[in-house]
Amino acid sequence: MTTSSLKADENCSDGDDNNLHLIIEFTGGAELLFDKKKIHHVKLPLFISDNNKTDNNTNNKKQWTIRTLLVWIRNNLLKERPELFIQGDSVRPGILVLINDVDWELLGDLNYELKQNDNVLFVSTLHGG
Amino acid sequence: MPSVCVCCKERSATLVRPKSGEAYCKLCFFDAFENEIHETIINENLFKPGETVAIAASGGKDSTVLAHVMKLLNERHSYGLKLVLLSIDEGITGYRDDSLETVKRNQIQYDLPLIILTYKDLYGWSMDEIVKVVGLKNNCTFCGVFRRQALDRGAMKLNVNKIATGHNADDIAETILMNILRGDIARLKRCTAIITGGDNETEIEFVPRCKPLKYAYEKEIVLYAFYKKLDYFSTECLYSPNAYRGNVRTYIKDLERLRPSAIIDIIHSGEQLIIKSNCKMPTQRNCERCNYYSSMAVCKACVLIEGLNRGLPKLGIGKTERLRKQLKNKEDTEKMSISSLDDTSTSVCCSENSLCHCKERFKDLTTNPT
Repeated sequence: MTTSSLKADENCSDGDDNNLHLIIEFTGGAELLFDKKKIHHVKLPLFISDNNKTDNNTNNKKQWTIRTLLVWIRNNLLKERPELFIQGDSVRPGILVLINDVDWELLGDLNYELKQNDNVLFVSTLHGG
Repeated sequence: MPSVCVCCKERSATLVRPKSGEAYCKLCFFDAFENEIHETIINENLFKPGETVAIAASGGKDSTVLAHVMKLLNERHSYGLKLVLLSIDEGITGYRDDSLETVKRNQIQYDLPLIILTYKDLYGWSMDEIVKVVGLKNNCTFCGVFRRQALDRGAMKLNVNKIATGHNADDIAETILMNILRGDIARLKRCTAIITGGDNETEIEFVPRCKPLKYAYEKEIVLYAFYKKLDYFSTECLYSPNAYRGNVRTYIKDLERLRPSAIIDIIHSGEQLIIKSNCKMPTQRNCERCNYYSSMAVCKACVLIEGLNRGLPKLGIGKTERLRKQLKNKEDTEKMSISSLDDTSTSVCCSENSLCHCKERFKDLTTNPT
């Protein structure tokens, strides 16, 4: 397929060459907001089409970043109480983000550009009691 | 793209330490984290050779990291300590079961003895039962009061010298702010101390507590557990979303994002606070009923238990004058029952099946005749 739906879900059957494969993990209690599921294997379109551009002639292809991934997660994976996970553009303070086991603070935070087979881990430190 | 570790200058960095903002690799981070805890233990003289130390184990990340690091440092630096794991089961459905399973696995992994005590055993009431009576508000008061004393009771039973808890820097900063917001000067003084209790100033006997992770950031505890692949369980207490601490916690996390050193700064400020010498501070003594540590004639746990057993669950919560009168009446009744104990008479409340604490009081009287 040369064209893919923007909202690809986890069971999308598109050809592998046209998709970005990611492993998204939630631990530390964060998994409670995501169907109590710790590991999610997701397929996303290779690029984000920006259809809202006024210049319709240009086909702008944007790389997925953590910022845009969070929007996708909120719309597709987050099952309840989004305010416990998302705050503004970013994750709520107290949630640590590791990309391929490396602190996202070393990789550019929200601006990190995702690559094929990246592992994104969200660890919550907000649960206690 | 990936930066280099500031410590070894060889390996790729995997994390930013919030305390300093520096990039560290995994191995250097392990060394730095462990050495800082060791320095805390040595500088604060937390332990003495030959002591038995109970590690308050909940199965969560803090106590798991504490148990792991304590065993590691005890062997590496030859502290000469005997370590045991002590767990409290609150009796909350779906909350403690899995975490206790984790503690049992930790027992095997770290080869440490484990003791599990339940609220039902110690107080006659599980948290699920308490919430049915009290409702969602205030039940954290019961759980917190019971949990704290449960550790003391467990430590007494095990005959240990000290209790180590996994409170980290974020927890302590939260507690400082909570006590400032509540204007609680007595607690403010105690909550910054790295080791509480066991002062030579008083003759009161109870087990001192210490917090070896006092200066460790929560982020580092999480990452240490993650990189070491430590086995821990995390879940949210079913009833705690209503807890007041949640608001302060959110505030602390927002501060940390803006300026990570804020957490250590708050702890430092808390440590520097000086109370005027002419301020009246509550005196520490033993509860008349259960003989454990208390700042009042009857400790909070016994007051709460009395309220539950009598169908007055609000007893001991708030400052209602009416309830205070009931408490006073209860104390008068208590004095009568104590005097009846001197006569060695067996009243109904002291029967074998009863959970009344007069029994323990009675044992004390027989063991130590006046």
